Amino acid sequence: MDLQGIWFFLWGLLWALFFMTDGFDFGIGILYPFLGKNDFEKRIMINSVGPLWNGNEVWLITAGGVTFAAFPLAYAIMFSSLYSGLMLILFALILRGVAFEFRGKIDKKIWRNFWDISIFAGSLVPAVLFGITFANIFKGLPIEQSGVSSGSFFDLLNFYGIIGGLLFLLLFLFHGSVWLAIKTDGELHERSKSTALVLWPFLLIIALCFLGASWFFTKLYDNYLANPILFFDILLTVAALFAARFFIKNDDFFKAWFSSAIVILGSVFFGIIGLYPNMLPSSINTDFSVTAYNAASSPLTLKIMLVVVIMFIPAVIAYQAWAYYIFRGKVTKEDLSYEESY
Amino acid sequence: MDIVLLSRLQFATATMFHFLFVPLTLGLSIMIAIMETRYAVTGDKIYLSMTKFWGKIFLINFGLGIVTGITLEFQFGTNWSRYSAFVGDIFGSLLAIEATAAFFLESTLIGIWIFGWRKLSPKAHAAVMWLIAGASTLSAVWIIIANSWMQHPVGYVLRNGRAELSDFSAVVFQKFAVLQFLHTISAAYIVSAFFVMGVSAYHLLKKQSITFFTRSFKIGLIFGLIFSIFTAIEGDMHGVHVSEVQPAKLAAMEAHWETARRAPLTLFAIPDEKNERNFVEFGAIPGLLSFLGYHDFNAEVKGLKDFPREERPPVLISLFSFRTMVGLGTLFILLTIIGWLRRNRLLESPLYLKAMVLSIPLPYVAIEAGWVLAEVGRQPWIVYGLMKTSDAVSPIASSQVLVSLIAFILIYGLLGITGFYLIIKNAVKNPARG
Ligand code: HDD
Ligand code: HEM
Ligand code: HEM
Repeated sequence: MDLQGIWFFLWGLLWALFFMTDGFDFGIGILYPFLGKNDFEKRIMINSVGPLWNGNEVWLITAGGVTFAAFPLAYAIMFSSLYSGLMLILFALILRGVAFEFRGKIDKKIWRNFWDISIFAGSLVPAVLFGITFANIFKGLPIEQSGVSSGSFFDLLNFYGIIGGLLFLLLFLFHGSVWLAIKTDGELHERSKSTALVLWPFLLIIALCFLGASWFFTKLYDNYLANPILFFDILLTVAALFAARFFIKNDDFFKAWFSSAIVILGSVFFGIIGLYPNMLPSSINTDFSVTAYNAASSPLTLKIMLVVVIMFIPAVIAYQAWAYYIFRGKVTKEDLSYEESY
Repeated sequence: MDIVLLSRLQFATATMFHFLFVPLTLGLSIMIAIMETRYAVTGDKIYLSMTKFWGKIFLINFGLGIVTGITLEFQFGTNWSRYSAFVGDIFGSLLAIEATAAFFLESTLIGIWIFGWRKLSPKAHAAVMWLIAGASTLSAVWIIIANSWMQHPVGYVLRNGRAELSDFSAVVFQKFAVLQFLHTISAAYIVSAFFVMGVSAYHLLKKQSITFFTRSFKIGLIFGLIFSIFTAIEGDMHGVHVSEVQPAKLAAMEAHWETARRAPLTLFAIPDEKNERNFVEFGAIPGLLSFLGYHDFNAEVKGLKDFPREERPPVLISLFSFRTMVGLGTLFILLTIIGWLRRNRLLESPLYLKAMVLSIPLPYVAIEAGWVLAEVGRQPWIVYGLMKTSDAVSPIASSQVLVSLIAFILIYGLLGITGFYLIIKNAVKNPARG
C-alpha cells in the first residue's frame, strides 16, 4: 500500500480509537443522571472515568491534528463545512471537562446540579453529533468544485444522519454501562448490568438498520462488493456484539468491554473501508470528492509524520495501558475520600 | 459584518483566553515538582502540604487550559480553512507532533497524579509531576515552532499551490523559534513566580502559616528574579531578530515613520496613522532605536512610509502593547531585586508584601501584551510575506462566525469568572486550617 493509503487507514484508526476510549466516558456521562441515585453514586460514576477521560480525549486532538498534518485539504474542508456542528461539539466538551473539575469544589446543591446537567449535555451532544456527522460524511457532503460545501447544519439532520447519531449514542451508552459494571459493585453494579442488557437489543436493531440504510444512502458497499473478503469486518462486528451480551450474562465484564470496544472499532471501520479512497465524498459530483490522494501532504511530510507516529503511538498506548492498570478494580469509598477526587 | 474581522476577533479571544492559563501551568508545575521532590527526599511534611496547596490551584488552572486548548486546535480548520490548506504540510505536522508527543503524556499523567497519591510511592508521584512539567514545556516548544514559522517561514518550497516542507530541521531549529521559545517560557515563569509570591504575600500579611509561605515566597522569588532579568535580556535579542526579519513590526511598535540613520527612540508617542505622523511625541533619545533594532547606534531603520500602506501593521496597538510589556518588565526586575534584598525581613516589609499582592495580575498583562504585539504586528500577513490574513479565512457565512463569536464570549466569560473565583478561593484558604 502507498503512503497515502497507509495514512488514510491511520486516520481512520485514530478516530476509531477516540470513539473506543472516550466513548465510554460519553456513555457514563449520559447515563449519569439516570443511574446515579444519590450524590455518593454520582461521584462513584464520575470517578470511574476520573483518572482516564482526559487522556482519552487527546485521541480526538490527535485525530484532528493528524487530519491537519496528513490531509490538510480534508482538514480545511471538513471543519469549515461542518462549522456549526463542530462548534457545538467543542463547547459541549468544554462544559464536560470543567464540570468534572468544578463539581466537587463547592458544596452547594444548585452548584452541583448545574454541573450535573453540564456533564449530561456535554456528553450527549458530542456522542450524537459525531454520529450524525460521520453518517453524513459516509453519505457525502454537498462539496462544490471550489471545495466549498453549500450545506447548512440542518441539512445534516436527515434520515441517515439521524440513524448514525442514534447508532453512536447507543454504542457509547452500551460501552459506558459495561465499563461502569466493571468499576462498581452492589446496587450500582446491578443497575449497570441490567442497563447494558436493556440497551443491547436496541443497539442490535439500530446497527442492522444502519447497515441496511447504508445500502440505500451511501456508496460504502462498492468496496465490499469489489472485495468480498472485506465483509469480514461486518461479520466480526456483529459477532462481537453477540459476544458482548454473552459475556455480560456470564458476569465477565472485562471480556464484555473488549467485545464492545471491538464493536466500536468495527463500526467505524465499516465506514472507513467503504469510503476508501474518499475522505469526504461529494454528493454533487464524485469528481469534487476529497480523497486520500488529492488531499494528502507532500511525501516528505507523510514520511516524517509516519516516523513520529510509529515512535510515539506505541509509547502512548503503553503508558495509557499503565494508567488503566494503576486504576484497575472497583471505585471504592476510600477512593472518594481523596481530596482531589471529583 | 466582515468575516475577516470576525474571525480575527474570535481567534484573538480564544488564544488570549487560553493563554491566561498556560503560563501558570508552565511555571507552577516545575515549582510543585520541586516542592514534592523535597518532600519525597526529606520527608518534611511541610513540603507535602505545600505540594497539596499549590497543587489544588494548579489543577483548576490546568483544567481550564486544557478545555480552552481544544477549541484552538480545530479553529485553524473552522475559521482559517484556506490558510490550513496552504500551510498544512508544515504547520499541521507541528501541531500533530505536539499532540502525540506532549498532550498525551500530560493528560494521561495528570490523571495519575490526581488520583495516584496512594497508588504510587512518594518518589514516583513526584516524578510524575516532573514529567507533567516536561510535557507541558514540550507542548510549548512545538506550538512556538509552529507560530515562529508563521512569523518567519523557512524550510519550504511553493509547490502545488501551497507551501510544502523541504527542510524539517530548518523549521524546527530556526533562530526565530529558539528566541521566541526562550522568551515565552521565561515570561511564563515570571507569571508563575509573581503568582506564588503574591499569594504568599497575602498570607504573610495576615501572619498565617508563616514558615509555609515564607518558603513558598522564596521559591517564587528565585524564579522571579532570575527570569525577570533573563526575559529582558533575551527580549532584547529577540527584538533584534524581529527587526531583521519583520522590519515593519519594528517600525510600527516605535511609530517610526521616516527611514533614518541614528533613528531616535521616542519615550512617548501617539500615532496618527491617516496622516502618517505622530500627533504628539516627546523624549526622543537619538540613536537608541537604531541600537535596539540592530545593536548599532548608526544603523538605518526603515520607516513606515517606506512600506506600502496595505502592508503596515496597526501602529497604535503595536506601540502600546510593546510599551506596556517593556514597562512592566522593568518593574518586575525592580520588584524582585527589592524582594531579594528584603528576603529575610519579609514580615517587616508590609508595604512590599502589599505591592506584591497587587502585582499578581501585572505579568498576565505583560504576557498578553507581548502576544498582541507579536500577532498584531505581523499583520496584514498571516504567514509573513507569503499569505495575507484576508486570503486565509474560511469561505463560510459570516453569520455563523458571529454566532460562534458571541458564544465564545459568553461561555469563556462564565468560565473565566468561575475559574478565577475557584482559584482565588483556594489561594486565600489558610492551609493550616485545612
Ligand atoms: C511577562 C511577560 C513579558 C515580559 C516582562 C517581556 N516580554 Fe516580550 N513578549 C512576551 C512576554 C514578555 C510574550 C510571551 O507575550 C511574547 C509574545 C511572543 C513571544 O515570543 O513572546 C513577547 C514578545 C516580544 C517581542 C515581539 C516578538 C515577535 O514579534 O515575535 C519583542 C520584541 C519583545 N517581546 C521584547 C521584550 C523586551 C525588550 C522586554 C524587556 C523587558 C520584554 N519583551 C519583556
Ligand atoms: C497563546 C498566545 C497567543 C496569543 C495571546 C495570540 C493572540 C492573537 C491575536 C490577538 C490575534 C489577532 C491578530 C489580528 O488579527 O490582528 C491572533 C491571530 C492569530 N494567531 Fe495568535 N496568539 C497566540 C499564539 C498563537 C500561536 C501559538 C499560533 C500558531 C500556532 C497562533 C496563530 C494565529 C493565527 C492563525 C491567527 C489568525 C490570523 C491572523 O489574525 O493573523 N497564535 N493571535
Ligand atoms: C494557537 C495555538 C494553540 C493551540 C492550537 C493550542 C492547543 C492546545 C490544546 C489542544 C491543549 C489541550 C491539550 C490536552 O488536552 O492535554 C492545550 C493545552 C496547553 N497548551 Fe496550548 N495551544 C495553543 C497555544 C499555546 C501556546 C502559545 C502555549 C505555550 C507557550 C501553549 C501551551 C500549552 C500548555 C502548556 C498546555 C497544557 C497545560 C494547560 O492546559 O495549561 N499553548 N493547547
